[in-house]
Amino acid sequence: MPEKMILFSGSSSVGKTAVLRRLLPYLKEHGHTPMVCKIDCLCSEDAALYCSLGIHAVSGLSQDICPDHFLVSNLPELLAHANRHACGLLFIETAGLCHRCSPATEHSISGCVLDCTASFHTPARLGPMLTQADFLVLTKIDMISQAELELVRGQLNRINPGAVLFPIDGLAGYGIEPLGDWLLSLPDCKSFENDRLRHSMPAGVCSYCVGETRVGGLFQQGVVGKIEFGDDL
Amino acid sequence: MNTLTILPGHARDGAPETFEALSLKPGEILAVVGNTGSGKSRLIKDIEQLVGRDSVTGRLILLDGARIAPANRLLVSDRLVAHLSQNMRFVLDVTVAEFLRLHCLCRDKAANLPASVIALANTITPEPILPGNSLNLLSGGQSRALMIADIAMVCDSPIVLIDELENAGIDKKRAFGLLADSGKLILIVTHDPHTALMASRRIILEGGAIVRILERSKEEALLSGELDRSYERQRALQQRMRKGERLI
Repeated sequence: MPEKMILFSGSSSVGKTAVLRRLLPYLKEHGHTPMVCKIDCLCSEDAALYCSLGIHAVSGLSQDICPDHFLVSNLPELLAHANRHACGLLFIETAGLCHRCSPATEHSISGCVLDCTASFHTPARLGPMLTQADFLVLTKIDMISQAELELVRGQLNRINPGAVLFPIDGLAGYGIEPLGDWLLSLPDCKSFENDRLRHSMPAGVCSYCVGETRVGGLFQQGVVGKIEFGDDL
Repeated sequence: MNTLTILPGHARDGAPETFEALSLKPGEILAVVGNTGSGKSRLIKDIEQLVGRDSVTGRLILLDGARIAPANRLLVSDRLVAHLSQNMRFVLDVTVAEFLRLHCLCRDKAANLPASVIALANTITPEPILPGNSLNLLSGGQSRALMIADIAMVCDSPIVLIDELENAGIDKKRAFGLLADSGKLILIVTHDPHTALMASRRIILEGGAIVRILERSKEEALLSGELDRSYERQRALQQRMRKGERLI
């Protein structure tokens, strides 16, 4: 089984792939064998990119299923796959769809990737993907001033005081080394048996989950939530 | 901090850098010069990150002769280094007042400091900055002025790294005067001979490596005065041009 399972979650276009394409070759140079599983919904060309760097990669397309649910359902098979390919470090890259949940498990090392040029108010909206992460990667740091970077770091530190923070410029590769060294310094996971999600996933299963396309009260079945407007009679 | 030492790494092609250990002291100003892509910004980053042979350049940075453990680098760097990057704009969606309030909080500064920072910024930009302005809607000149005033008053670090002050669109000499408080170690990346000659030494980069370190000569110090007069003349002409006057 792999020594470590490392999760890279974050919204679309925050720079997860940009960081990994720098980090994985660094780990390889240090004698480790990383592989990546890229979880996406509809299509992904990233596996080809990793393969061009000489890193084993697979894509999982969740299609009609919530990508976070899809990922958790595939963990045992992924670990077995990493084992067959003798990859000690299993990286899983996923764009959490709704930020309500996080596919992080207790045995994984969970990281959340954030774009520091995004709204200052974004981190407060991210939920368990951020609040329960072990490490945070702050990308695009070349785009903002030192003062702004300090503000964003202060804010992340208030939201998740326990997480280790890595500011990174993924394009130039600044800041990759401390992240790589820190990941390698963590103890290996001896067994992935009896793993548990750190946070429960949202209650799903309404008519739209199973393919309903018509809009209207008549077609809503299962678990359905409604907005409270506060001015109802 | 008494000494910052840069130990050689290697060029982009792997050839070792040939300079001896380069020791820098507080109160010194150094210029960093070279073509675009020669590795100037990377040198600034190496210093900011207090690297220990683990960046692409392989350089080692020592503080008072000692290496900084990777786990402490971010904290030590926060305390010691202020970096004015090439950014011309702020991106965060907060007001100027909120930005300064939070930054003073990060740096354990007095709660009444923001008003003085805005006042200082307004001495180097002709368009007044107001506390209620949105940070990311400030003009290039206002943003630069606020970044400089913030570094001078809120960061207040013994090492100041400046990436190209010329592009600021504000009075270069005045801005430099604010940042170059006595007793600080200053490294300034520049393409401008006038700025480079403000420094007592200059570091020349090529192909990712430090290839030479030159002391300012007596002749160059004289040239510096000449360039300064021509800078002032240029500034005066610029003022007249902006006012719509004839230049001659």
